[in-house]
Amino acid sequence: MDTTGTLFMPPQHSTFAGQVDSLFYFILYASTVFFAIVVFGMIFFAVRYRRGRKQPVEAGPSHNTALEIIWTIIPTVLVVIVFFWGFKLFLKMNVPPKDAIEIKVTGQKWFWSFDYPNGASTVNELDVPVGKPVKLLMSSRDVIHGFFIPDFRIKMDVVPNRYTITWFEATQTGTFNLFCTQYCGKGHSEMIAKVKVMGEREYEDWLVSGTKAGEGMSLADFGAKLYVSKACATCHNVDGTANVGPSFKGIFEHQVKLSDGSSVMVDENYIRESILDPQAKIVAGYQPVMPTFQGVLNDREVDALTAYIKTLK
Amino acid sequence: MEAVPERSYLNEPKGWKSWVFTLDHKRIGLMYLFSIMASFLLGGIFALLIRLELLHIGGKHIMGAETYNQVFTLHGAIMIFLFIIPSIPAALGNFVLPQMLGAKDVAFPRLNLASFYIYVFGAFFAVYSMMSNAADTGWTFYTPYSTTTNTAVISMTLGVFILGFSSIFTGLNFIVTVHKLRLPGMTWYKMPLFVWGLYATAIIQVLATPVLGITLILLILERLFGIGIFDPAMGGDPILYQHFFWFYSHPAVYIMILPGMAIISELIPVFAHRKIFGYKAIAYSSLAIAFVSFLVWGHHMFVSGQSQYAAMIFSFLTFVVAIPSGIKVFNWLATLYKGSISFATPMLYAFSFLFLFTIGGLTGMFLGALATDVHLHDTYFVVAHFHYVMMGGTVMAFLGGLHYWWPKMWGRMYNEFWGKVSAVLVFLGFNITFFTQFILGAKGMPRRYYNYLDQYQPLHAYSTYGSWILALGFIIMAVYLIHSIFKGKKASGNPWGGLTLEWTNSSPPPPENFIETPVLKYGPYDYDKLPAEKLNS
Repeated sequence: MDTTGTLFMPPQHSTFAGQVDSLFYFILYASTVFFAIVVFGMIFFAVRYRRGRKQPVEAGPSHNTALEIIWTIIPTVLVVIVFFWGFKLFLKMNVPPKDAIEIKVTGQKWFWSFDYPNGASTVNELDVPVGKPVKLLMSSRDVIHGFFIPDFRIKMDVVPNRYTITWFEATQTGTFNLFCTQYCGKGHSEMIAKVKVMGEREYEDWLVSGTKAGEGMSLADFGAKLYVSKACATCHNVDGTANVGPSFKGIFEHQVKLSDGSSVMVDENYIRESILDPQAKIVAGYQPVMPTFQGVLNDREVDALTAYIKTLK
Repeated sequence: MEAVPERSYLNEPKGWKSWVFTLDHKRIGLMYLFSIMASFLLGGIFALLIRLELLHIGGKHIMGAETYNQVFTLHGAIMIFLFIIPSIPAALGNFVLPQMLGAKDVAFPRLNLASFYIYVFGAFFAVYSMMSNAADTGWTFYTPYSTTTNTAVISMTLGVFILGFSSIFTGLNFIVTVHKLRLPGMTWYKMPLFVWGLYATAIIQVLATPVLGITLILLILERLFGIGIFDPAMGGDPILYQHFFWFYSHPAVYIMILPGMAIISELIPVFAHRKIFGYKAIAYSSLAIAFVSFLVWGHHMFVSGQSQYAAMIFSFLTFVVAIPSGIKVFNWLATLYKGSISFATPMLYAFSFLFLFTIGGLTGMFLGALATDVHLHDTYFVVAHFHYVMMGGTVMAFLGGLHYWWPKMWGRMYNEFWGKVSAVLVFLGFNITFFTQFILGAKGMPRRYYNYLDQYQPLHAYSTYGSWILALGFIIMAVYLIHSIFKGKKASGNPWGGLTLEWTNSSPPPPENFIETPVLKYGPYDYDKLPAEKLNS
C-alpha cells in the first residue's frame, strides 16, 4: 500500500503541490464539519424522536426564516472562498514563467515522446532539472491523451492539432510517475512514463550526451536499448508471442502474410518502411494502429533497430 | 377501505393484449419498471466484472484489455441511459404522478405508451452493439477516439439517440399533466414535492435532450461520411464535441438526481409523520437547480484546453448550483426535528441517501474548485464522486421509493426484516466499494485503467470486496421482492399513513385510479392537523 504522502494525497514534489494540498485539506475539513452536522443531526433526531417514544408528540415548526437565512449564507460564503482560492492558484498553474525551459511533449497511442531545446529526444522518460521551471508544449498525433504527474499535481489534456500548455518546477530529484488520464484505447493503462528529476549539472551533462546516444555501442546493442526506450516493447514482443503487433522474433528474412492476402519478405527496407510508414503494409491478423515514428527516430536509430531485429533469431 | 379490492389495474382488463396495448399509466409504469430492472441487472453484472478484473494487478484475470474497455463502456452506457435516467420518472413517476394529482391518467396516454416502446427500440440498438463488437469509447463517446475506433459505435449512439426521444416524451407528458390535470383545489403549493421534482426534471428533459440527439447524429455523420466537424485535420474541433456532449450531459446529471431528491422529500415527512420543513424552499430549489444546471457544463473540461476564463465562470456557477442542494439537505434534516420517526425500510434508504448524497455533494467541491480539480480530474476520485451522487443519491432514493410504493403497486407487503437486512448490506457494500476510490483517486489512480501500478492494489481489492457485499444485498432484495408479489401479506390502502392522494385509493388501485373524484382533505404533509396520538403509532 502506498504510505508515502499524506492520508489522501501523494507526496509533494513540485512547487504547486503544497499549495494544492492546502486547498484540498481546507475543503476536506470544512466538508467534514458539514458532514458531521448532517449525520449527527440525523442520528440524534432519529433516536430522540423515534416513533413510539414515551414523550408526547408535538408539532414541529414548518419553517424558520432566520435559520434558513443562516444555512444559506454560511455555505455561500464558504464556497465563494473556495472558488477564489481555487481560481487564483489555477491561474498560477496556467501561466509559465518567462525563463522556463521549454520541452515539447507528444502523446500518441500508446507512448509519450519528449523533445528538448538542444535537439535531444526521449521516449517515455521526461528528463528535467530540479529547481527550474519547465514549460511543456503538448500535442497529440492521434486521439486525445491526458498528461498527469500526480506528485506534481499537474494535469492537462493533450489534443490533436492544437497545443496545450502546462508547467511545473520540481523540488526534489528522483523518479516519478506520469500517467495518461484521457481514455485512449487498448494501451491506455500502459501509457505510463517516468519523470526523471536530476541535479542541474547532471541535467546539463545528460542533455549533451542525449544527442550522442548510442556512441561506443554496437548498432545491435543500441537497437536493443531503443527497443525499450522508444517504447517498441509496448506493442511488440521478442519471444514469438503476439501483442498489439507481431513479435520481432525470427521474422528477418522470412515471409510474412499481409492483410490483403499477399506476402512479403522481411528485409531491411521492409523494416524501415514499417517503422516510418506503418500503414503501408499490415501483417495479417493485426489492426492498423501503429503510429509513424517519422521524426521520432533518426536514421541511425532506425539502423540500430534493424540491426537489433536481425539478431532475434 | 376494503383490504382486498375486487377489481384493480392488475387484473382488469385481462389478457396479454391488454398489457401490450395498455394506455394505463400504472401498467406502463410497471412495464418500465421491469425493463429498467433488467437493465440494472445487466449493468450491475458488468460492474462486478470490472471490479473482479481489477482485484489484482497485471490484467488478463478474466478478460483482455479490449474486452475490459467494452465492459466499462457498457456498464456506463446501460446504467445511465437505460437505467438511471428512466428509473424514477418513467417507472415510479408514471405509476404515482397522476394518482398524486388526483387524475385518471397522464395527459397523453398514447404518447406515454409510445415512450415505452421507443425505449425498448432504443435498448435493442444498444444490445445489438453489445452483441456485435461492443463500443469501447466510454459512455462519453469522446472524439476523435469514437470516430476512429473499429467497434460498433454507431449502433450504440443510435440507441442512445432513440432513447432520448423516450425521455423527451415522458418529460413533455409530465409537464402538461401537471399543468392541466391537477384535482380542482390542488394549487401549485398544494402539490406533493415529488411532483415539483418531476416537473423540474421534465423541463430539463425537454430542453436538454435534443442537444444530445443532435450531437450524436453529428458523431454518426462524422463516422459515416467524414464531415469533419470534430476532425482537426479538416478544420473541425474535438473539443467542440465535448462542449456539445456536456451541454446535455451535465443537465442530465440533474435529470438523474432531481427525481431522487423528490422521493426523499416524500419519504422523510411520511416516515417522520411531520410537516415538511421549508416546503417552498425545496420546491423552488428544484427549479433553481434545473435552471443553473444548464450553465455549468464546462466544469467537465477544466483541463481539456478550454479558455481559463471560461473555466473560471464555470467554476463559479458550479458553486452556485451547490447552494440549493445544500438547502434541501438542511430542510430534510430539520423535518426530522420533533417528528415521530419510523425505521421502516423506505426510511432506511432515506437515511442512506442523506449520508451518501451529502458525501457526494461535498466531494463535488473538490472538483468544482479549479486548482484541486486539475489534480483530481479523470481519476478515481471523480468515479467515487459520481457514484456517491448517482448511486448513493439517485439509486438509494429510487430503492426507497420502490419500497414505499411497492404495496401500492401490488397490494402486498414485502418482508420487512429482509428489507432492513438488504438495506444495511447495500449501504455497507456501497461505502466499502466507493469510499476507497476517493483515496485511490486522490493518490493519483487514473480512471478507465485496465491495469495499474502495484501501490494501488490494496485499495482496489477492498473496493472489489465491497462490490460483493453490494451484490449480496441486491440478490436478497430481488428474492424478497419477487416473493412478495405472490406470497406477500395483503397491504391496506395506506400502510404508511401517507397524506398524498395515491394513499386514498385501494392497493392496488382500480384501473381508473379513483372510483369517485377524491376530495383534498389534507395538504400533502399536513401532519400537524392530525391528532397527536395518531402520529406516535
